[in-house]
Amino acid sequence: MSEFLHQLASGLALGGVYAILALALVMIYQATQLVNFAQGEMAMFSTYFAWKLMDSGWPYWRAFAATVVVSFFGGLIIERVVVRPFAKAPVLASIIVFIGLVLIFNALAGWLYGYSIQEFESPFSGRPWFGNVYMSAHESGAVVVSLCVLALVYGFFRFTPLGLAMRAAAQNPTSSRLVGIRVGWMLAIGWGLAAAIGAVAGMMAAPIVYLDPNMMGGVLLYAFAGAVLGGIDNPFGAAFGGFAVGVLENLVGAYVVGDEVKLSVALAIIVGVLVWRPSGLFGRRLVARV
Amino acid sequence: MSGPILEVKNLAAFYGPIQALFGLDFEVEDGGVTALLGANGAGKTTALRALSGLVRREGEIRLRGMPIGALSTEAIARLGVAHVPDGRGTFTDLTVEENLRLGAYVRSERAEIRKDFDRVFSYFPRLAERRRQQAGTLSGGEQQMLAISRALLMRPSLLMLDEPSFGLAPLVVEEIFRILAAINRDEGVSMLIVEQNASLALDLADRAVLIETGRAAISGPSQALRADDAVRRAYLGY
Repeated sequence: MSEFLHQLASGLALGGVYAILALALVMIYQATQLVNFAQGEMAMFSTYFAWKLMDSGWPYWRAFAATVVVSFFGGLIIERVVVRPFAKAPVLASIIVFIGLVLIFNALAGWLYGYSIQEFESPFSGRPWFGNVYMSAHESGAVVVSLCVLALVYGFFRFTPLGLAMRAAAQNPTSSRLVGIRVGWMLAIGWGLAAAIGAVAGMMAAPIVYLDPNMMGGVLLYAFAGAVLGGIDNPFGAAFGGFAVGVLENLVGAYVVGDEVKLSVALAIIVGVLVWRPSGLFGRRLVARV
Repeated sequence: MSGPILEVKNLAAFYGPIQALFGLDFEVEDGGVTALLGANGAGKTTALRALSGLVRREGEIRLRGMPIGALSTEAIARLGVAHVPDGRGTFTDLTVEENLRLGAYVRSERAEIRKDFDRVFSYFPRLAERRRQQAGTLSGGEQQMLAISRALLMRPSLLMLDEPSFGLAPLVVEEIFRILAAINRDEGVSMLIVEQNASLALDLADRAVLIETGRAAISGPSQALRADDAVRRAYLGY
């Protein structure tokens, strides 16, 4: 029983990471109907940036904050420079751009920082929190950070004028422009926010999966599975899906298929959801009247 | 009335390689109402879209003397041109209140915005009742009221309305046009209105332009168009 609870708890910790990365995917998906396959690699690159800052003596939280800010502007610039020119191109062109970004960030990280696996410090060390013996301090901390990110993002979109404008721009670009919203910038800010959130996901994942240029490959796949499970057009659903996939992955890995093939759980979830419930648990079913 | 708020000369508009307007001239007097009339496909909606920069356009467009023909849609909106598009442009997933807040998006004077909320709610009390409701669940007439209210929250100097009567019950149309007349009279908001219902539009407007296949066929004071035999037979139906 205690073993089971332990698996469940550490599933939640990684699930939090999947949840916020899924949220980043959903943010861009809602505005463009595209899944940014480079979200994981961008997060990995941000994590290396944080690692480099700490390596040069910065304290953890200062490096954390700087990384989030730099990632925001990095995402914004990527949208403006690389993604924007293909806004009116066919979907496949954008997908090729995303794949290109994956390769660029992966190679760049390997070139700059090497391919050997690095340890990444956790800000939450020492004894487990609140006598919670089923989770390490970092796992508890990661869950708390994930929940904070979710709450902040929810608050931003729900209660600020900029958040409202971003929702409006995603939903009805023409009407948004007619009330004076600069729709192009809203999309760029969306990319910035997604990159910043992704950076948090990377920094929370790194102490668990260790830092190397391929660290986010699996994580992105689980996050994507989470987004699909919850409903890729629904931020709440995607976050829920992320947690669910984290737990499911761990339990299935521990008791059913074993650690080696547990990544295929993500694939099974994606295929299963697409076959039986394409809009996800909480997604809106789109019905077109012909 | 002190000179035109909007002057349009030789306006051409294009959808890709296809030209839809071929040199349209008209004006909206400051505080006045100009109606664009014409049959389906004549180019009325295109004319509004061209003015808002939603389609590629050529020609001279001046707002209070300032050329706006090269500005982006959002820049034109920020100059106080409020365009109520065809189909009403509702943000269907957002609440009524959020739709209205978006109208005031570029403004920062909170007290004034609150006053404008009260003002549109006094014109359209039904919107106040449905404040928290999702806008997509409103009826067609309510969505038209919402679109007009959203435009009014921009504090526009020029209100451009694209077929406000479209698909609505006659009683609702009557109500909306009565309120538009009041807004024009009491607040001095200039209007450019596109309508298929020529009779209604001519009642509201002081000037009118009849568009036929992308060209101005007749233009002048509303009275003159109403008296014109061809207009009467083809568009007023008596």
